[in-house]
Amino acid sequence: MPDKIKIATTSLAGCFGCHMSLLDIDEKFIDLVELVEFDRSPLTDIKKISDCDIGLVEGAVANSENVEVLRDFRKHCKTLIAVGACALNGGIPAMRNHFTLQECLEESYVDGMGLDNPGIPDDAELPMILNRVYPVQQVVKVDYVLPGCPPPAEMIWNVLSALLEGREPVINARDIHYD
Amino acid sequence: MSTGSILQANDASAIVNTVKQVMHPLFDQTYLLQYLIKIQALYACIPPAAIQTLHEKLALTEAQIKSVISFYSFLSIDYQGKYRILFSDNITDRMAGNQSLFHQLSEAIKGADASIDFTSCTGLCDQGPAMLVNGHAINRLDTQRINDIAQLVNNNESLTNWPDNLFKIEDNIRRGDIQLNARAGDGSGIKNAMNLGYQKTLQILQNSGLRGRGGAGFTTAKKWQLCKQSEAVQRYVVCNADEGEPGTFKDRVLFNSSAHSVIEGMTICAYVIGAQKGFIYLRGEYLYLLEHLNDVLQRRREAGLLGQKILGKLNFKFDIEVHLGAGAYICGEESALIESLEGKRGMPRIRPPFPVTEGYKNQPTVVNNVETFWSVSRILLKGSNWFNKLGTKESTGTRLLSISGDCERPGIYEYPFGVTLQKIVEDCGGIETQAVQMAGAAGNTVLARDFDHQVSFEDLSTGGSFILIGGNRNLLDMLTNFADFFKHESCGFCTPCRVGTSLIADTLHRFEKGQGCSGDLQHLKKVLKLMQKSSFCGLGSSAPTAFLNVLENSPDVFDCGMSVESAEIYFDLNAATAEYKKITEPGEKGI
Repeated sequence: MPDKIKIATTSLAGCFGCHMSLLDIDEKFIDLVELVEFDRSPLTDIKKISDCDIGLVEGAVANSENVEVLRDFRKHCKTLIAVGACALNGGIPAMRNHFTLQECLEESYVDGMGLDNPGIPDDAELPMILNRVYPVQQVVKVDYVLPGCPPPAEMIWNVLSALLEGREPVINARDIHYD
Repeated sequence: MSTGSILQANDASAIVNTVKQVMHPLFDQTYLLQYLIKIQALYACIPPAAIQTLHEKLALTEAQIKSVISFYSFLSIDYQGKYRILFSDNITDRMAGNQSLFHQLSEAIKGADASIDFTSCTGLCDQGPAMLVNGHAINRLDTQRINDIAQLVNNNESLTNWPDNLFKIEDNIRRGDIQLNARAGDGSGIKNAMNLGYQKTLQILQNSGLRGRGGAGFTTAKKWQLCKQSEAVQRYVVCNADEGEPGTFKDRVLFNSSAHSVIEGMTICAYVIGAQKGFIYLRGEYLYLLEHLNDVLQRRREAGLLGQKILGKLNFKFDIEVHLGAGAYICGEESALIESLEGKRGMPRIRPPFPVTEGYKNQPTVVNNVETFWSVSRILLKGSNWFNKLGTKESTGTRLLSISGDCERPGIYEYPFGVTLQKIVEDCGGIETQAVQMAGAAGNTVLARDFDHQVSFEDLSTGGSFILIGGNRNLLDMLTNFADFFKHESCGFCTPCRVGTSLIADTLHRFEKGQGCSGDLQHLKKVLKLMQKSSFCGLGSSAPTAFLNVLENSPDVFDCGMSVESAEIYFDLNAATAEYKKITEPGEKGI
């Protein structure tokens, strides 16, 4: 039996909604696991990515750990797909780009309500927060993007199955017409 | 010079009175832009009380008025100081060292009642670097001149008392051919037209083969014919003197040295199409020509060449008014220009209908370039054969080129169409010319290996701008300059142009910092092609030209801007975390 196609997934600054949408392919998931093996993913809880065929990245890039994970994904995945609005455009996390980092941190950790021992956390163990939130394709090269918040399960499936069959994925304009 | 001192904007009732005086006697919505320009000159801003008064008297909403103010770069809600200094920032100004002079002056006048900034090309490319002080142009800036200016500003010297030699602008006519060597404008062209009748006049223009000199090259006779044929209450003649294309300055020289001819051309047009009213839309950067133009208009009225009963003909009346622009490149596009003439934001209209059927106030309007009218005045004197014996089959006659950049003799050159770029470069003393930027920022970048091409509508078309780029220049600098220019000048109406121009500028700036990647170039090409295809008007569809030329013909230009770190995407994690590191530095917890 030939090696299964390996897929890794991750959520950077995201809400896991895109992962939920992936799970929404329901019974097709059984077909999927026949064809693929999940590498690093919240579904497997594997922490370190190894060489994969496809990487699915949800969420925007908001801190230094996101950058590290994303670069690791790029390095190990033949095809990298940015999944969902945050990965594509920064989405909800990027709303903080209207404010300075100082303002954001103060609002959360200094002036916020009900804070005990207020102060901006500065433990060296913590990932460094980026000056602003970046979409994935501003940090690494992305092969495909799947728009939507979240992208519908059907679309994720279409794209994955196309890639698995070695076809160029095609998304119809109608499928990403959300309003 | 009109701007002696700036009025204090703290007495609302005084402002109301002043604004009423500005509007007197017309109180006309279509003059809103003209009123705003006057108010800006008086107060160095548009004070709230002025907006309120305009709103009450012109039946426009405050939002409408503010939308006009925000559209034009020379208008502002914020106070700009007693001296508003704007450095021209065309690539030719940069070549001549405007950046360091800008910093020199910024330092020298710190604390003075002045503002200092850059503006798009001011049309003094043959005598740059240049600046505008309260709208008045100063050329040939150097450290000495900057010192003098700094002293005048710091001494709070009224602009009226600044030495005249600072404001002396030169014509620099270097090469004349049949048109520059002919004299016209004394009324005999109008007389000839009137003797011939409008049909024969049109025939002469048709035979001459004259095509519009603004760039698009529409046949002049055809345009006039179409306008004349349209049903109308009124018809209008508009002279497009919004010479905003970087590197073009022929219109300035024509107005300075032969305004009579241009106005005669407009009058002949009025006779042919049956117009009673004409406008010269003069770009705000040429404010110093306003007095001269009004003076020429007045002299022609007195000589019976304008106004009622022109040359004694009972039913031929025609007069011209000069409208000023206020720093908006897009207003050179004819439908945007008409919007601006009507006092609105200079947003291009959907075409068709074209201005020849629905132009100013939705009436048939001929909009022609300054040089076109100037040529008409000559053709009506000398005949069509005199004109069309020169040039090529599709591009008859001669045209003016504004030559600037790395050459020994920048200035105005008249050439018959069909002249090769090589000949021009030799004539003006090009210095190790590696490329010529034709037709301004929106035109073609022609590399030295292609200098056997000709200037003509069939081959390389130009609105008159001809910038030489010397061997020691980096074409990337020129492209970055153009990218900033288009980003600033896009009117923002359509997405391909508004977003596209920003994307071009972002990408070019990455290369400027050495952070470019091959992926950027592929993406840039896509954006440029999309802009060409889908932009609403000529600004967006022509802006990509130079970038595509260089990408296709000389891609190695981008090599020096490539990041060594990554072949795909450049992302500087250090820069992106710098702010956080600063906030969490020991002792600076931001509390």
